[in-house]
Amino acid sequence: MSTKLQTGMMGQRNSSASDFEPSAFSSGGANYSVERAKPGLPSSSAKRLAKGLGWFSVGLGLAELLAPRAIANISGVSKERTGLIRLYGLRELAAGIAIFSQEKPTEAVWSRVAGDALDLVSLGVACTSPDAKRGRITFATANVLAVTALDVICAMQLSNGNHGIQAKASCIVNRPPDEVYNFWRNFQNLPRFMRHLESVEDLGEGRSHWVAKGPAGMSVEWDATIIADVPGEVITWRSQENSDVDHAGAVRFERATGGRGTIVKVNFQYNPIAGVIGASVAKLFGEEPEQQLDDDLRRFKQVMEVGEVVISDATLLGTGYMEQRPGRPAAASELEDADAMPSQTMTSYESERGSEGGMTQR
Amino acid sequence: MKANCWYGKTMLSVEEVPDPQILNQRDAIVKITSTAICGSDLHLYNGFIPTMQKGDILGHEFMGEVVEVGREVHNLRVGDRVVVPFPIACGNCFFCQQQMFSLCENSNPNAWMAEKMFGHSPAGIFGYSHLTGGYAGGQAEYARVPFADVGPIKVPEHLADEQVLFLSDIFPTGYMGAEMCDIKPGDTIAIWGCGPVGQFSIRSAFLLGAERVIAIDQVPERLKMAQEGGAETINYEEQNVYEALMDMTGGRGPDACIDDVGLEAHTPGSIFAYDRIKQAMMLETDRPHALREAIMCCRNGGIISVIGVYGGFIDKFPMGSVMNRSLTIKTGQAHVQRYMRPLLQMIENGDIDPSFVITHRMSLKDAPEAYDMFKNKRDNCIKVVLKPNGYDNGYGAAAKDDSYVIH
Repeated sequence: MSTKLQTGMMGQRNSSASDFEPSAFSSGGANYSVERAKPGLPSSSAKRLAKGLGWFSVGLGLAELLAPRAIANISGVSKERTGLIRLYGLRELAAGIAIFSQEKPTEAVWSRVAGDALDLVSLGVACTSPDAKRGRITFATANVLAVTALDVICAMQLSNGNHGIQAKASCIVNRPPDEVYNFWRNFQNLPRFMRHLESVEDLGEGRSHWVAKGPAGMSVEWDATIIADVPGEVITWRSQENSDVDHAGAVRFERATGGRGTIVKVNFQYNPIAGVIGASVAKLFGEEPEQQLDDDLRRFKQVMEVGEVVISDATLLGTGYMEQRPGRPAAASELEDADAMPSQTMTSYESERGSEGGMTQR
Repeated sequence: MKANCWYGKTMLSVEEVPDPQILNQRDAIVKITSTAICGSDLHLYNGFIPTMQKGDILGHEFMGEVVEVGREVHNLRVGDRVVVPFPIACGNCFFCQQQMFSLCENSNPNAWMAEKMFGHSPAGIFGYSHLTGGYAGGQAEYARVPFADVGPIKVPEHLADEQVLFLSDIFPTGYMGAEMCDIKPGDTIAIWGCGPVGQFSIRSAFLLGAERVIAIDQVPERLKMAQEGGAETINYEEQNVYEALMDMTGGRGPDACIDDVGLEAHTPGSIFAYDRIKQAMMLETDRPHALREAIMCCRNGGIISVIGVYGGFIDKFPMGSVMNRSLTIKTGQAHVQRYMRPLLQMIENGDIDPSFVITHRMSLKDAPEAYDMFKNKRDNCIKVVLKPNGYDNGYGAAAKDDSYVIH
């Protein structure tokens, strides 16, 4: 656990992000949408979604407890697994009760996300069993993935604080889901295309240390833990409790139709915690967080498809309006100042990957 | 190095700027031997394209010698003589793999600007506003060429600059305009606009098997050049175009029509003005006279090929004519990389010598004067080639001895 402010300032910590009013539910747009929570806004939609998930938990939990054979049949899992299914039923029931017993069931919904991950892993294991019905397992997996997405969205909304930033964006990458997943799962790759990040270090066992660029040259650090990790499909993570930053993220990888690569859907959430660091967090993602996440994903696509972030003379300093410089070569001194020089600071993904990722039509 | 820089409406300055450097591993640096002024450069010159910034280097038709290559460029060497296509394309994305290079998903770092304007972004383009990437252009002594492993094509030494330079834009553009007409034997193709691209559409239509080409313009020297290319001509200031075309085709109309005119986007924009872009999108309209006329003239079931540049929205579009008469509209910025090799082969075979279109050769330092002359069609100006090292650098050897060449 490491949280510090490099400038030496120390912010007042708040033990739990859940003391803050969650934001209203963001219904989302076609490509990306963003919600900047407004203080005092009722959190009715997020809570309504949570209640719905609570009822779902109770219903599924009861079914798993009372009719494990039917559940095994529906999901294509071996009938010998009824004991495990009953256990999962208890877990679902507990999550449901927890959701209904709390005014703001943030933790309970996050626990559902963890449960979903367990379900997905179990289904993956079940698939290897000789008497498994693969078609039904695939159907069950798709359903669990859909519920996982709802759980993540709900949990992130409940976690959202007064000045939190929540952004989502998607892109399509002309590489297979496993490759795209692997690159993202390697968290230290994130700063290659996410402009607000300085570094992410993998600490092992699903833990990672994040350093983000704060305003006025500060940097903000926190540790995060992976909550759900299904290879080729989904990764969700969240900052550890008592961090200076309450951050959560989710990325889903969907196989695009017709072998056209992978659709990548990302949700990012930053919630401030009282204190100097907390106040700066709202600015981590810039003035237009939705635009920034969208731009980050465009760079992600560039790194995956062409090997590095593509820069023009105008975008040496960044792609925003305020950062544009004229479309003419920069002087050597200007190049030194440019901190956004991806080709100078990053090794080319293309060269790491070898020649296999090169042109296909030439 | 010296470069032709934009400073505002009709304000250009050839000035000293830093030399370009390799920024991405698939870049090359090209020492420019010949560069041209495109009709679409006039939109920038006239201040109609938003997201220009003072100091931007213009120019997207250029060629030269490779002087440096990035680590990931394996197909080019220092010393290679290359022509550079105007769209910048990565070669790896969905669209590049379908040979639709002007729709590359990765080459425009300012794609978000284009998305605001067009919904989705096309490829990056050299020297053509920040909306298409903010890349330095090629009216300069040197240029940085991204994705040099995909775009530039090596050209043989026995062909002069002026024979191959237009592979960068206007020859493939004019050719694609004709190719989109899906020309069958016996077809009559009508072409609006006899500027440089129109001239290449005329010749390409014949190369692709058209029996008749009818070219429409009002500038006498351009109509003359069209006739020399084998086209019949209509001067729209003297004749009613619809009546003339119906007369020539027995009332049926041409089998396909090419819009080589396009229109200037009347957009008083500036780099910081996203709202202005939006405003321009909503309030200003382009003036699609040629396009409307082409639609009304085209025969039933014919093809409308739009290769002239449009910027925003158009009014009074005759959709009823398009729908009820089974017309097909095809369009796009030229996918230049797709055409360079076959068109170079045509040049080598002697099927066409693109240098016919050149009327003026000038030094890069005289670029502002050249723009003024081209804009006002002074001195019968149709196409200007600029030489960074001054005009007499030896590449003028291929100058054709025809009436359009002014030495």
